Amino acid sequence: MAKITFIQHNGNEITADGIAGMTVMETAVKNQVPGIDADCGGACACATCHVYIEPDWVAKTGKRNPMEEDMLDFAFDVRDNSRLSCQIKVSDALDGLRVKVPEKQF
Amino acid sequence: MSDVITTDVVIIGAGPCGLFTVFELGLLDIKCHVLDILDRPGGQCAELYPEKPIYDIPALPLVTGADLTSRLMEQAAPFKPQFHFNQMVTSLEKRGDTDFVLKTDGDLVFNCKVVVIAAGGGSFMPKKPPIPGIDAYEGKSVFYSVKKMEAFRDKDVLIVGGGDSALDWVNNLQPITNSMTLLHRRDEFRAAPDSVNKMRELVAAGKMKLAIGQVTGLGGANGILSSATVKGADGAFFDVICNTMLPFFGLTMKLGPVADWGLNLTENLIAVDTEKFETNVPGIFAVGDINTYPGKLKLILSGFHEAALMAQQAFRYINPGERLLFQYTTSSTNLQKKLGVA
Repeated sequence: MAKITFIQHNGNEITADGIAGMTVMETAVKNQVPGIDADCGGACACATCHVYIEPDWVAKTGKRNPMEEDMLDFAFDVRDNSRLSCQIKVSDALDGLRVKVPEKQF
Repeated sequence: MSDVITTDVVIIGAGPCGLFTVFELGLLDIKCHVLDILDRPGGQCAELYPEKPIYDIPALPLVTGADLTSRLMEQAAPFKPQFHFNQMVTSLEKRGDTDFVLKTDGDLVFNCKVVVIAAGGGSFMPKKPPIPGIDAYEGKSVFYSVKKMEAFRDKDVLIVGGGDSALDWVNNLQPITNSMTLLHRRDEFRAAPDSVNKMRELVAAGKMKLAIGQVTGLGGANGILSSATVKGADGAFFDVICNTMLPFFGLTMKLGPVADWGLNLTENLIAVDTEKFETNVPGIFAVGDINTYPGKLKLILSGFHEAALMAQQAFRYINPGERLLFQYTTSSTNLQKKLGVA
């Protein structure tokens, strides 16, 4: 189990229990985190689960994979710490992970 | 006004459930016209994940979205469905006691007895970048598709994106524009290597510009663009002079006009019963991801089941008073004839 905190654009925080093996996107959807639309259901095909990883966690969540890098072309306001949350698997090492949800997924 | 197309059933959506609906209705001798906003069949299977494997279609341990679509097209083919692509249904109204009139944004008009909404997650529409104030420019100097190339003649065009749509239009429009700039967030492109090479040749020949960065703001007045403000890869801001912008950020699904047809909706899904998968309006059915009922699962296989049951009730509307005989394709010569195998 890993606690994952989603920080909304308005500053509100939602902390959810992530289950190892699930993705950060699935954790968000399961806990009805606003702003994680996940239109394609986790196929890395829509870029509507875009999040910004908080600085302390960038190294632990790892790098974008090539498919994800391509798909981020469909996201808005992509930054160095942008990831697609469907491509981050929850593990005990990510207990305490904090990610910001963009203002809009468009 | 164009000629009215009269048919038994109009199916809205050519995704897997819409295609299988053609098959189930076809077995009951019901003819269909199928409409889709995309330019090809398959729906999400074609647009979102054509190459990705699907593992939960009964009897197909692994099938890609593209392959599933082509198999369903093959299965529906004996019933000669008529497809109308690039059509968004804009209105659906009841006419008289038994008919519906349905209009599309491509000026097609249908008259039918039964409507089946198999629209999945809704209509695929271009993603609109959430740039502040972009609404004021849409349709005047910001466009999400190219309907007529001539509209871009002698313009200062900024195309945003790195996929095939962006690169194709850069290469096709560049010869007729006054100036062409391609803006992408990184100096790598998903588009076909041929198109990327062609674009790079145009840049090398000084015929167009390539800028790396992301649009953050627009400048102009009365809906006419004069520049776009771009945040470069190094974080510095710069302006691109342009009077026309074409952003290509892919497609997203929106419920669209379905919301205005007087159907009972639950959280943007169409409420149906679980016997006939009919909406609150008799004669309008909804199958697949777009419907909801207690226990609903958004699985392709559930949509197939819904199509089979819905077809029974559709038969009753189209052939009032006629008895519907239940038959198996394995043993019924009648059904096998329809399938062209007997």
